[in-house]
Amino acid sequence: MDFLYESKKGKLRIFAPEEIDECTASKLRVEADELIDLYQVRCIIFDFAKTEFMDSSGIGMLIGRSRKMGYSGGSVEAVNLNPRVQKIFELSGLKKLISVVKEDNL
Amino acid sequence: MSSRKAQEMSVRFDSYPENEQFARMTIAAFLMDLNPTIDEMADVKTAVSEAVTNAIVHGYENQVGQVFLTCMKDGAHVRITVTDFGKGIEDIERAREPFFTTNPSKERSGMGISFMESFMDSVHIESTVGKGTRVIMDKKLQAFYLV
Repeated sequence: MDFLYESKKGKLRIFAPEEIDECTASKLRVEADELIDLYQVRCIIFDFAKTEFMDSSGIGMLIGRSRKMGYSGGSVEAVNLNPRVQKIFELSGLKKLISVVKEDNL
Repeated sequence: MSSRKAQEMSVRFDSYPENEQFARMTIAAFLMDLNPTIDEMADVKTAVSEAVTNAIVHGYENQVGQVFLTCMKDGAHVRITVTDFGKGIEDIERAREPFFTTNPSKERSGMGISFMESFMDSVHIESTVGKGTRVIMDKKLQAFYLV
């Protein structure tokens, strides 16, 4: 596994890398899917605390995970977005698919 | 500041996804002396990342080819070109539409060109099917005048 993760209270938190581009997004996609299947969670949380850069490859990856979780009635949440990642979320309409939550509400 | 001469740089690299980061960092290093704001730098890096990703994923369809990246800076004006000799784009107008992707099954968001347009002042695309694609992007940096 390239990325850190933790599973707590039926939620799986995946710590996103510093830079999310095509290269890291495809690794993240594969690992997230393995973890989802392994832990059978209802909710995954992408933690962007470390993430400084994200392009549209990251959006594709997040939309895909949102669909995958949606099939089984689960959901995807995002936490700790810096202003840049926030901007990418807004521009792409990703906020309609993935709820951006505050750390305290998790 | 206005007497600063126009400068150009170019690099050529293999179309591996690992080189997307290399492309972004190269452009960032080249533009550093223009004192861009953090936002401007992020905008340019995102646009470069989108164009290079398109060359790798769509142009060469993950076969190994060569991507050419050039950057020109002239005062506050920046021009970046990304060129590949891959399969080309059949319908450029369609490709420019937000959410349009030739490859939805691979979870492409279809936002690549929209992002280039959002983050740069202008995006010009030349493409010939079977020959390749060139993306020319311009941006005027505001921060330059604050120095």
